[in-house]
Amino acid sequence: MKDVVITFLCMAILLYFLLGGADFGAGIIELFTSTKNRSKTRKTMYQAIGPVWEANHMWLIIAIVILFVGFPFIYTTMSVYLHIPLAIMLIGIIARGTAFVFRHYDAVKDDMQWLYNRIFRYSSFVTALFLGIIAGSLISGHIDPLATDFYTAYISGWLNWFSVAVGFFTVALCGFLAAIYLIGETNEYHDKRRFIKKAEFMNVAAVVFGAMVFIAAQRDKIPLIDWVFKSTVGLSAIILASLSLVLLWYLLIKGKTKVLRILAGFQVTMILLAISYAHFPNFIRLKSGNAVSLLETAGPEKTIYSLGLALLLGSVLILPFLGYLFYKFQKKEE
Amino acid sequence: MDDFIAARSQMALSLGFHIIFSCIGMVMPFFMAVSHYKWLKTNDEVYKNLTKAWSKGVAIFFATGAVSGTMLSFELGLLWPKFMDHAGPIFGMPFSLEGTAFFIEAIALGFFLYGWNKLNKWFHWFTGMVVGVSGLASGILVVAANAWMNSPAGFDFVNGKYLNIDPIQAMFNRAWFSQALHMCLAAFTATGFAVAGVHALMILRNRNAAFHLKAFKIAAVFACIAALLQPLSGDISAKDVAKRQPAKLAAMEALYQTEKPAPLLIGGIVNEKDKTVKGAIKIPGALSFLAHGDFKAEVKGLDQIPENEHPPVAVTHYAFQIMVGIGTLLLLVSLTYFFILFKKKPLTEKRWLLKLFVFAIPLGYIALEAGWVVTEVGRQPWIIYGIMRTKDAVTPMPGIAYSFYIFSAIYVSLSIIVTFLLYRQIKMVPVLYNKPETK
Ligand code: HDD
Ligand code: HEM
Ligand code: HEM
Repeated sequence: MKDVVITFLCMAILLYFLLGGADFGAGIIELFTSTKNRSKTRKTMYQAIGPVWEANHMWLIIAIVILFVGFPFIYTTMSVYLHIPLAIMLIGIIARGTAFVFRHYDAVKDDMQWLYNRIFRYSSFVTALFLGIIAGSLISGHIDPLATDFYTAYISGWLNWFSVAVGFFTVALCGFLAAIYLIGETNEYHDKRRFIKKAEFMNVAAVVFGAMVFIAAQRDKIPLIDWVFKSTVGLSAIILASLSLVLLWYLLIKGKTKVLRILAGFQVTMILLAISYAHFPNFIRLKSGNAVSLLETAGPEKTIYSLGLALLLGSVLILPFLGYLFYKFQKKEE
Repeated sequence: MDDFIAARSQMALSLGFHIIFSCIGMVMPFFMAVSHYKWLKTNDEVYKNLTKAWSKGVAIFFATGAVSGTMLSFELGLLWPKFMDHAGPIFGMPFSLEGTAFFIEAIALGFFLYGWNKLNKWFHWFTGMVVGVSGLASGILVVAANAWMNSPAGFDFVNGKYLNIDPIQAMFNRAWFSQALHMCLAAFTATGFAVAGVHALMILRNRNAAFHLKAFKIAAVFACIAALLQPLSGDISAKDVAKRQPAKLAAMEALYQTEKPAPLLIGGIVNEKDKTVKGAIKIPGALSFLAHGDFKAEVKGLDQIPENEHPPVAVTHYAFQIMVGIGTLLLLVSLTYFFILFKKKPLTEKRWLLKLFVFAIPLGYIALEAGWVVTEVGRQPWIIYGIMRTKDAVTPMPGIAYSFYIFSAIYVSLSIIVTFLLYRQIKMVPVLYNKPETK
């Protein structure tokens, strides 16, 4: 059952990155859209993510529940030493979720819209940034439970070059995912062109920040290069990601939309795989050189067993229903 | 502000905030389902408009409930890591099932809100029901988790270690049934009275009376039935508490001395230093009856409980008085309402009754919050009753006070915005729904 639970955990984290990421990305795209096109972008975006955003965010809840039920030590270590970035990410989640709904459901459309828009855009950015920072911190090896001073214990664990670079890389990936997703959600030529431009821009940004991640890793003495290039899985993942990048640009220029989505999702999955495979099943790398492993810190057997059962049961109920939701509200190509 | 106090305050604030939205999320789908059903059956346009108007309100509340709930699932770790380290694997079962329930709820809500004109009309109606049923299920599950904190089960506590963990047994602990039943009724009472009251106000002001009258009736019937059952379920809860947490019961009743038979106190000022209560009305033997079903039974007072295990008496006592007082009042309102329904008098002529409902708008929610204060403060100083103390569970990170200030500011602003949005929704009803066909 441990394997089942760990599989679900990985799946939930991945899907949160992809679907929740596309969702944050929508706000980031809006942030980088010129004022005159914003209201159109907003409309497309609303139709695209309105029905699914709530469900997209459930992946985060699932991941966190799996962690605290099945891997309490990991959950509490994160909560204590990454308290500050987690709190900031939560503020971001609260702000963007509510602003998104408020701006649509406000019965009177007036100056308040200005406020909702601002909050939505900036908090989308902040949320994605800190999501990335948290992910980066988990593997950066800066978290130090032995620390005695406030700065080492609660700040330097996440405020380091590597984590911040991963943060910006995540922002770019989210923007990229959203742009790709939105291309398929509009039938209008100019809109499509605009989103294609955005996707290209975000993709370039992702490549640039990706390079920064490597540089920062070098600076912070994180063996990222070894992880990616010295393991077969890491290497193949990165090769596949690069190949799909070429294909992706070709399809982008051609304006093929539906395949693009799958390809973009695939690419991001490969990137995550490349980064995380080498130290799997270690979940948190500590400053002392030790690591907190999923396998070693799993809760008692009965708990894992019933958790696995609950997840299996849940997925039987959820997945068909969720698939139908995405299918039903997908934009039909004309 | 001391870190420990800050953590407790932040937890209380977040839960107190979340509960309002989650109750609305649990109950409103049922109101909508009734109205939606009537529309599908009678083709009366007003019911369709009502369903739509309500669903807009629900979307606002649901989003706020979802984000504040997300906040909570992190907050358990951010504030109480040492609690979660041990408790997570034990009381996690309801949380993992709850995850499923939430997920289904969120998906069904997507269908329901965006499915007008896109889905088969009965499937659409069904998705609305699914929102309600899964919301109720998640409420019951999360309360089962809370009940475990009051009545720990499903493990053996040996030399500070948690052994032989059985998550299923932990979920079906001794408190889960009474708490879940009482909570569900409370959600219907609180939301029902609030919604009925708002529509009563609109009827009194003569705005779209046909629309608001229909809304009022649906909400009022649910509210009044729940309010009739509430004291019965409260009695079950009280007997339950007497058995499993005598300290909490003693604090609820400010019973400093063990008595046989014990009187029920109404009102009164508690003096925690002298351990006395002044100016309360005493009903002889009533507490013995409430706690043990026997007018002559002995009720354990705080004198039989070690001093360092006493919960804060004054807060618990006042909160309990507020809840029971409001419960009694709402019971009377419900009886009156059913009496008038039974006599088939037109409601619009009974302006005083409508005014009574307007007065009752906040009462259910006040009782709900008070009830949680009883449960949670009455459990102190324990976070897991009899096993782990709250102060041993708090995060080692200093500076929680700042976090408390920031989150307080966020919750206050959200409350203001939500109220403002709701006010606008209601104000726009005539504009949006006066014409027979509107989108
Ligand atoms: C609309 C709200 C409402 C109303 C009118 C009442 N209650 Fe209540 N009560 C709650 C809302 C609530 C609650 C917020 O939902 C609590 C907190 C925990 C729980 O399970 O329910 C609660 C807890 C609670 C407890 C503690 C349970 C525990 O710690 O396990 C007792 C003994 C009562 N109630 C008893 C009563 C009685 C005798 C009432 C008589 C009229 C009453 N309640 C009305
Ligand atoms: C939503 C309704 C709830 C409300 C309004 C509520 C209210 C409160 C209050 C007032 C406190 C502070 C008590 C004190 O420190 O004196 C508290 C503490 C706490 N509650 Fe609840 N509670 C609710 C439900 C729950 C549920 C469902 C859980 C968990 C499953 C929970 C877990 C906790 C924890 C972990 C603490 C901190 C430890 C403690 O003070 O004992 N609460 N809550
Ligand atoms: C008595 C206390 C509680 C009740 C009755 C309750 C009930 C609910 C309900 C019905 C929802 C659905 C959302 C809505 O309709 O607005 C919800 C949302 C949520 N709650 Fe609570 N809850 C309680 C306390 C808690 C606690 C203690 C936690 C965390 C540990 C929590 C976590 C969540 C989460 C993560 C969501 C979002 C799910 C979504 O997106 O649908 N809740 N809650």
